[in-house]
Amino acid sequence: MENKPKLKLAVYWGAACGGCCVSVLDVHEALFDVIAAADLVFWPIALDFKYKDVEAMPDKHIDITLFNGAVRNSENENMARLLRQKSNILIAYGSCAHMGGIPGLANMYDKASLFRRVYIESESTVNENGTLPQPRYEVPEGVLTIPEFYNDVRTLDQVVPVDYYLPGCPPQTERLVEVFMAVVKGEALPPPGSVVGAREKTLCEECDRKKSDNKVIKKIYRPWEIYDDGETCFLEQGVICLGPATRGGCGARCIKGNSPCRGCYGPPSESIDPGAKMMSALATMIDAKEPEEVEKILEDLADPSGTFYRCSIPASLLRRKMIT
Amino acid sequence: MSRQITIDPITRLEGHGKIEIFLTEEGDVDNVYFQVPELRGFEKFCEGRPVEELPMIVTKICGVCPGCHHMASGKAVDAVFGLTPTPTARKIRELFYMAHFVHSHIAHFYALAAPDFVVGPTADPAERNVLGVIAKVGTEIGTEVLKQRRIAQEIQALLGGHQTHVVLNTPGGVKKGLTPEQRDDIVLKAKGFIDFSKFSIKIFEDVVLANRDYVDLILHGPYSLKIYSMGLVDENLKVNFYDGKVRVVDTDGKQHCLYGPTEYRDYVEERVEPWSYLKFPYLKKVGWKGFVEGNDSGVYQATPLSRLNAAEGMATPLAQAEYEKMYNILGGRPVHNTLAMHWARLIELLYSAEHCLELAEDPDITGKELRAPIQGIKGEGVGIVEAQRGTLTHHYWTDERGIVTKANIIVGTTNNNAAICMSLKKAAQGLITKGTKVTEGTLNMIEMAFRAYDPCFSCATHSLPGNMPMILNIRDKEGNLLDSVRRD
Repeated sequence: MENKPKLKLAVYWGAACGGCCVSVLDVHEALFDVIAAADLVFWPIALDFKYKDVEAMPDKHIDITLFNGAVRNSENENMARLLRQKSNILIAYGSCAHMGGIPGLANMYDKASLFRRVYIESESTVNENGTLPQPRYEVPEGVLTIPEFYNDVRTLDQVVPVDYYLPGCPPQTERLVEVFMAVVKGEALPPPGSVVGAREKTLCEECDRKKSDNKVIKKIYRPWEIYDDGETCFLEQGVICLGPATRGGCGARCIKGNSPCRGCYGPPSESIDPGAKMMSALATMIDAKEPEEVEKILEDLADPSGTFYRCSIPASLLRRKMIT
Repeated sequence: MSRQITIDPITRLEGHGKIEIFLTEEGDVDNVYFQVPELRGFEKFCEGRPVEELPMIVTKICGVCPGCHHMASGKAVDAVFGLTPTPTARKIRELFYMAHFVHSHIAHFYALAAPDFVVGPTADPAERNVLGVIAKVGTEIGTEVLKQRRIAQEIQALLGGHQTHVVLNTPGGVKKGLTPEQRDDIVLKAKGFIDFSKFSIKIFEDVVLANRDYVDLILHGPYSLKIYSMGLVDENLKVNFYDGKVRVVDTDGKQHCLYGPTEYRDYVEERVEPWSYLKFPYLKKVGWKGFVEGNDSGVYQATPLSRLNAAEGMATPLAQAEYEKMYNILGGRPVHNTLAMHWARLIELLYSAEHCLELAEDPDITGKELRAPIQGIKGEGVGIVEAQRGTLTHHYWTDERGIVTKANIIVGTTNNNAAICMSLKKAAQGLITKGTKVTEGTLNMIEMAFRAYDPCFSCATHSLPGNMPMILNIRDKEGNLLDSVRRD
């Protein structure tokens, strides 16, 4: 390994909250191991290399790029294309790049209704002329530009080919370190298109809560409708938890805070749609025989699409809600 | 021929902020625009969600200050249910929140503010970063900074569940309590925070206040803005971050208004400019008069300094003593010197540390009553807290089942949008005049006006070394490059 050139790493953010970059920083002391094994050639929030520097790189100059954030506007898209061209391995890092994440909930609406809400209807906004942000606008002194806001939120792999997916909102830092060290040691990589840094089994397998695996749901509750005992499986208490439709790897962090899973790690490999996976998991747990009974129980399910696809609407089979 | 200077913070702020400076034909600054090129639209896609989910959804507005959104949202949800959290729940929330402030304020002072003062505003940019600070003050101190920040994060993770996107709040309470052993540990940690805060103020005194050039820069540099000051205050009109009323004082320190969360729309309005995705709030009763200073203009700031300006003091003894000292030295309240924000931030750090200890030692903190019983759904609620970067307002409407029908959010940094534009313009006007050679140092001095606000666009720079690299291009009207200054 000593004779090999150091790996070249890049980290970039699209439409994101910054939490993914924080998760990279949270490697703490392991950062020294990372730096010993790799040169960070581009990381806008931390390092002083520029967009121009990336443009000037030969193609595939970067060994690994961690791209976090969804593709929400023209700038996100341009950077995704540029980094694809310059990177040998492009990793969709975190829920937003992987599946659209929380910003992907915007695909239940369209650009016009988002703009209307934020810039016109907002109860504290006064905008009688209906002014909206413009990609190019002439002010008295000259021209000002901002990126174009798209109608749809897209995942990274809907814009450019992606080699691997490292899920989570944000990814658990230990998983990143494991993946990174595997690359550094030259271990064989899984086939392109694989999810890395997460378990193949569901979150339920690593959750400490007690479960009986019986058909136990007689009624569905909102979290505040029950007094959680802190020990029993949320689903068995009637509270929707996305554990059975979600990969393990996070260490059940939300559940340890007594909050049910919302699926940020995405579904296990075999399922093609996160919501479909959750519906089938739920179906096996509902304690009812007649279809009418099942329907009655499901009536109490508040916001099924916004819950089952909390972090994954752009990656779902439908990708967005059709707006007519 | 007019010229246009683009300060495009290509690293660290990319996708988050851009500064355009227009020069007159003579080469003086004509106008400055601060643009935010991003929108995600939380106000829209919160619609249709069960309201109790919002505290966990809105944390994703910002991965560096998720705790602020979680708290404002949690309080709005309490109001939707018509609930007051139990004493234990309220104190656990506030304890979490003080740790959040300690963590953020330490990071801002040492990683972002200190390099300009400890290393120097026009020093070699390669040294003007947190590593340069450590080189000047010693590795032991550097280690201590990282340690205190980590401890504050550990308290947040213990209480908040998820290490980044906290899941603590439930309608009328919290999801997790504190054991006596955990409490004892936090008491020790809080004492450490107090020592460290005192130490940080001492550094500020030794490095900044003892240096006549720096005091002169604070008092007479191109960094003052006479506008209204906003901040949350308790019933004694002392600074509070978690709860109370919003108080606004004018440029002379006279109270303009004192409002509770539900009244915010009587006092604050927002306007839209076609060249930015971020709106511009202003004081409704004064009105929008453009990007101008003074009591006749509705522009205000919501920052550590404005919080101190808008209050009658601090609620803890050590912080109160420092508060009095600052205003004595700077010539009385209110203070309009932008760089004094760094001083105010350290006084807030000390308050957060002292209040953290008060809460940890409170007998209620290990109580078992973690939430108030649900009584029904009222259908509307407003929650206001002070985020590190300004007053944060979340307002939700729901149907009778508690499904969100509308949401309105005014984020901390948004309050300061107009003020940041104006501070940048003033700094640019003071630093760029015809015939001046624009240098890297000039860029940094302009950037200092921006950095004082600790704007959330740069949130991710928090724990990181350094200064914000930039390229400054001077172009003619056709966009041809005339000159370029680059800072790496």
